[in-house]
Amino acid sequence: MSNLLTFTPEGIYCAAGDFHIDPWLPVPLALITHGHADHSRLGMGAYMATTSAAPVMRHRLGEIKMDTVAYGDVTSINGVDVSFHPAGHVPGSAQIRVAHKGDVWVASGDYKTVDDGLSEPFEPVRCNAFITESTFGLPVFNWTPQDILADQINDWWARNAADGVFSLLSCYALGKAQRLLRAVDPSIAPILTHAAIENTNRIMRGQGIALPDTTLVTPDLDLKAHKGALVLATPSALNSTWARRFKPASSAFASGWMALRGVRRRRAADRGFIMSDHADWNGLNDAIKHTGAERIFVTHGYTSVFSRWLSEQGYDAKVVQTQFDDDAGEDGA
Amino acid sequence: MKNFAALFTALDQTTKTSLKVAAMAEYFRTASDADKLWCVALFSGRRPKRVITTKLLREWAAQKAGLPLWLFEECYPIVGDLAETINLFLPPAEEHKERSLSNWIKELKHLSTLDEEGRKSGILAAWNTLHRTERFLFIKLLTGGFRIGVSQKLMTRALAQATGQDEAVLTHKLMGNWTPDTTTWVDLIETDDPAADLSRPYPFYLAHGVENLDQLGPTSDWFIDRKWDGIRGQFILRQGEHHLWSRGEDLMTDRFPELAKLRDFLPDGTVIDGEILAFQDEKPMSFNALQKRIGRKTVPKKLLAQTPVILMAYDLLEIDGKDIRHETLEKRRNLLANILKNSPIEAPLRLSSEVIGTTWDDFAKERARSRDLHAEGLMLKRRDSPYRAGRRKGDWWKWKIDPLTVDAVMIYAQAGSGRRANLFTDFTFAVKNGNDLVPFTKAYSGLTDEEFRKITTWVKRNTLQRFGPVRSVSAEHVFEIAFEGIQASPRHKSGIALRFPRMLRWRHDKPMDEINTLDDLKDMLRTYG
Repeated sequence: MSNLLTFTPEGIYCAAGDFHIDPWLPVPLALITHGHADHSRLGMGAYMATTSAAPVMRHRLGEIKMDTVAYGDVTSINGVDVSFHPAGHVPGSAQIRVAHKGDVWVASGDYKTVDDGLSEPFEPVRCNAFITESTFGLPVFNWTPQDILADQINDWWARNAADGVFSLLSCYALGKAQRLLRAVDPSIAPILTHAAIENTNRIMRGQGIALPDTTLVTPDLDLKAHKGALVLATPSALNSTWARRFKPASSAFASGWMALRGVRRRRAADRGFIMSDHADWNGLNDAIKHTGAERIFVTHGYTSVFSRWLSEQGYDAKVVQTQFDDDAGEDGA
Repeated sequence: MKNFAALFTALDQTTKTSLKVAAMAEYFRTASDADKLWCVALFSGRRPKRVITTKLLREWAAQKAGLPLWLFEECYPIVGDLAETINLFLPPAEEHKERSLSNWIKELKHLSTLDEEGRKSGILAAWNTLHRTERFLFIKLLTGGFRIGVSQKLMTRALAQATGQDEAVLTHKLMGNWTPDTTTWVDLIETDDPAADLSRPYPFYLAHGVENLDQLGPTSDWFIDRKWDGIRGQFILRQGEHHLWSRGEDLMTDRFPELAKLRDFLPDGTVIDGEILAFQDEKPMSFNALQKRIGRKTVPKKLLAQTPVILMAYDLLEIDGKDIRHETLEKRRNLLANILKNSPIEAPLRLSSEVIGTTWDDFAKERARSRDLHAEGLMLKRRDSPYRAGRRKGDWWKWKIDPLTVDAVMIYAQAGSGRRANLFTDFTFAVKNGNDLVPFTKAYSGLTDEEFRKITTWVKRNTLQRFGPVRSVSAEHVFEIAFEGIQASPRHKSGIALRFPRMLRWRHDKPMDEINTLDDLKDMLRTYG
């Protein structure tokens, strides 16, 4: 069996085209699925990503040499056809299709199959071999539909606002924060943001993504004038002195891990909203089915369990060790 | 079940105790008597009898979900709670029928009279008619272990708010071995006489660790005795019957049959707070000796002779059938000494004598002798204090000796459960023996959540091998392990077993080659075992 893509110490590699996908060590040419830190790293000779992923990457990585492409456009690299297809994970995120001499592989990076109202919705891509994540590859993960989720968050915020209580909501700065901004009802009260989130907001507004008005939290911001505000904070900011200025406050996390009561309790937040930018159990299984692939490579997450399950379903499934175990861990997902 | 599920959700959705108490008080004001009684029972650790083995529940859940059982077993340690795993595994219910909490418990009792097929169809039908949270609670009732993050203390506070009764009185009413089948809401809560049940113990008064000796004032304000290293027990003698309760409200009467003799030496209507100690030649034996008696429901003659126990009495709560907890410690102690002064040497009963000293330095010296006396330190009790209920600061302090410690290296890690699911928290540690590493203990407490998160990331990246849920990791990280005691154990490779081991510190400063050796542990065993 041919191996158009292989797994090397630097990352996923295409020998025929001589390029890498989401590498973790410096390489000459890196194709990047999306801008999260564990997939988009410093030090590559040149980068290639989607047009909508580029602004955040430039912001995070600084001066880099980068080619951008539109979704669906086919580029030939050393005779290998590559194209980027929506992964539904965050704005600009892509599954990367690699085709050579009739063999088609897809490296999906991180993905989710439901429309989050922000990212370009996931599109299934037919292939022979599919590289999938498995962050939530267990049947106990079943996501709450987006509209119910929005109701839950708005309801929590509105009650707090009525009591003059801040709603301190922790979320990942790229993707999750903006998804939340588009899901909540901005008429309830003002929305305040942590600097890491506001930077990403500014970039996304710059690329034409509509977001409700937000106010950056600065040391001289009059908090009395913002009673009942929704405060979006990064997970690391939630337990810092930065968060302590918001009093009284009700705290919450928005993450797929909130599906587990144990994790929710450990976080010691008042509320946990089950909102993930990764596919749940059914999402993963559906996505894999629709690729039509026989060979499945399972990366970061519940790799051994999920690949055993896939093998029992008749796939040729293998576990692949990667370094996509993002440091954000339970916070980001 | 709807309003009980709403109560659970309210409790689960806040970390603020005032809101938890308010939610419970509201439930106690509005729910039916039968539901309230069951709620109090569940929140104080009284569960309905288990109707079905968890093995069957797992199989039925997997069947109903159309997924293999092995997949369920993989999910369970990650979710960390059996009832939650089953609930998340099952597809959503197809219909909904409202039945009250007590009504569902009645249904469980009915199921227990049926054969396995009948139970299965009953359970599957229930799963198919309950909303998510209700179903989680229903499965919790099936699996036992109904711990949902509310202490009995908070529940009692809520009861006090809802009924207008005093919290300490309610705490007393809730003690003992009642179940919702043996009492009613009116009898248990609304009737005024907590002593109606002759076996009912008083709530134990528990001490905090002393924080600052300088703030305690002169030593003369304090009655100081040994902190005995046995099992706390409350001995009750009423109307010729005796009962022995543990701090965890377990009835231990039959486990220590020699204490039945006390009926001959104590006046009727007596309640004593004390320590069960293995005792020989007028000296406490080590806790290791007593450990052989713990957990044995019946005691063979040989063991009774080898490890006789006594009650080391330190407080008197009832005399002539009268509750005297409001009297000062000084007065209670005098009455206790008076009762005990005529008891003969063969009575398995001793008075915990006062430790004498003038300055805190004198007492520090006495404390330093603790290990030789098989004691855990000193107890400081304010002479004019009443006997309070529960763990309170101010009048009683424990002044424990420092634990024994060794530096050891982590070699295996396993994920925790419940609140610690998905986080590596259970570690196995090794000491050096020549060029080898010998595992000698496990420990899973003592680190902050932040430290557990750090070590979890490290474990994921430094796993050498997996054995089911256990991962072997490279021997790199050194921890200071604290423990309360050490004993010989032929079952363990290292030949020793520790009592209450925990991680005192993560020794980032200590390289692997400076950890303790097996010989160091053997020395400790000789000295303290």
